[in-house]
Amino acid sequence: MTTVLQFVVDALTAGSFYALFALGIALIFGIMQLVNFAHGELIMVGAYTIFLTQAWPWQATLLMAVVAVAVMALLMERAAFRPIRGANPATLLITSFAVSFLLQNVAQMIFTTLPKSADVVPLFRSSVTVGGLTVGWLSVVTILATAVLLVALALFMTRTRAGVQMRAAAEDFEMARLCGVRSNRVIASAFAIGGLLAGVGAILLVGQTGGISLGIGLTPVLFGFTAAAIGGLGSLPGAVVGGYVLGVATALLQQLLPYELAGYRDAFLFAGVFALMALRPGGLFRVAALSPRV
Amino acid sequence: MLRVEGLDVQYGRIRAVRDVSLEVSQGEIVGLLGPNGAGKTSTLGAVSGRLPVAGGRVLLEGEQLDGRPAEEIVRRGVSLVPEGRHVFATLTVAENLAIGATVRKDRAQVAEDIERQLERFSVLRRYYRSNAGKLSGGEQQQLVIARALLSRPRLLLLDEPSLGLSPLLVDLVFETIEQLRAEGLTILLVEQNASRTVEVADRCYVLRGGELVAHAPRGDLSPEELGDIYLGAGER
Ligand SMILES: Nc1ncnc2c1ncn2[C@@H]1O[C@H](COP(=O)(O)OP(=O)(O)O)[C@@H](O)[C@H]1O
Ligand SMILES: [Mg+2]
Repeated sequence: MTTVLQFVVDALTAGSFYALFALGIALIFGIMQLVNFAHGELIMVGAYTIFLTQAWPWQATLLMAVVAVAVMALLMERAAFRPIRGANPATLLITSFAVSFLLQNVAQMIFTTLPKSADVVPLFRSSVTVGGLTVGWLSVVTILATAVLLVALALFMTRTRAGVQMRAAAEDFEMARLCGVRSNRVIASAFAIGGLLAGVGAILLVGQTGGISLGIGLTPVLFGFTAAAIGGLGSLPGAVVGGYVLGVATALLQQLLPYELAGYRDAFLFAGVFALMALRPGGLFRVAALSPRV
Repeated sequence: MLRVEGLDVQYGRIRAVRDVSLEVSQGEIVGLLGPNGAGKTSTLGAVSGRLPVAGGRVLLEGEQLDGRPAEEIVRRGVSLVPEGRHVFATLTVAENLAIGATVRKDRAQVAEDIERQLERFSVLRRYYRSNAGKLSGGEQQQLVIARALLSRPRLLLLDEPSLGLSPLLVDLVFETIEQLRAEGLTILLVEQNASRTVEVADRCYVLRGGELVAHAPRGDLSPEELGDIYLGAGER
């Protein structure tokens, strides 16, 4: 019984992580057909913000991290992606590589390649035991924080004018503009929300390992992108489902793989993803017709 | 109200519209006819800001529209019902109508206007909370007309609103157009259905190969004559 519960907690924790990153990527892709590889650098900005502000009260540190990432996301949109809006997907992708590379280099100049550490919320390292099951507080926080964010995002998308406009623009950008939806505003909002998700992700990542390095965003973005692709790139519910599917798969492999193979867990995981994408290239969810973004 | 002067529209190096000039006065219904590929959709695209204007000018009550983005042009009172409908399929009917009112700030009035459109197109009330993608073609056409009206346009651009509809629904579309005229709306109507358009329009322009080839005030050309121009051009 405890093994099953442990499995559920592990799967939900991993799934929440992946869903957070997948959502940020899917949101931007849905609205401007951009696969933003620089999403990883947003996570990096969040992590180094935590490093710089770790002497502050922890609430202030966490708030600052989220704000800094959201501001960086907005800057990224304004400086790099707005000028090439509507360009073909290859141009957009290459630009996102360039942005990623630039931010990596700037961070390296400031912080060097030496890993840093931060221990912001000591609670994250402790755990709670309930009926024989030991769960880290970080898992609890990750699962709950993600659930709250998902519900908040769903409410925003369905109950607010800005959210409905964002969904309209993601489905048919040109028609949305003809109806008066302001493209600058809707795209900037998407980046701000993507930044907020990346900021929370950064907090949870740093909480998990206590370590901060230039490459901290690399693996999360890989997993986030994969989860988004599983869900049918661009579909927000799809990204969430994709994240949790990936989480369950990771936890399953963790439990089932024999000891000698455990180190190759991610290789098995991605083999499974390749198989899935070969069977269903569009992902689990179909996305509405893609339209050019202007 | 609308003045198009020497309009050119291009897709890359392909010129779709060449030196087209036309005018629509306050309260008029003006038809824009012509065979497939004549440049009708491209003309509406240029007026609505969907397509860039390669040459010439577009003026709304003397104010320059060309060069402005689509989201500004709808704020100045020009609303497009595009060819092929383009409902937001993943949004509900209610949300589609709300998007139509994006440019407005008078929220209380918007609620009244939505109610008025639901009176006009009762089928939309029935599916108010359903996804627009579930509607039939005719229902979607009613939705996009209602959505366009919710911006309270001064000028409505209709691109082939009767295309692909059953005869009964074609009647409904043309009845709606008559109604809108009675309400004082100005309409530029692109249609394949030449005879129905000539009936309802005050004047018609005929496009062919991207150029204006005829201009017929009502009564000047019988539906048959206009049909000849139209079919003759189609055979080319
Ligand atoms: N997206 C496009 N790219 C290239 N050429 C186009 C495009 N859309 C229309 N055209 C061309 O422009 C001309 C006018 O098209 P259009 O304005 O759609 O005509 P109509 O609405 O009268 O049928 C046609 O020759 C058509 O092939
Ligand atoms: Mg057309």
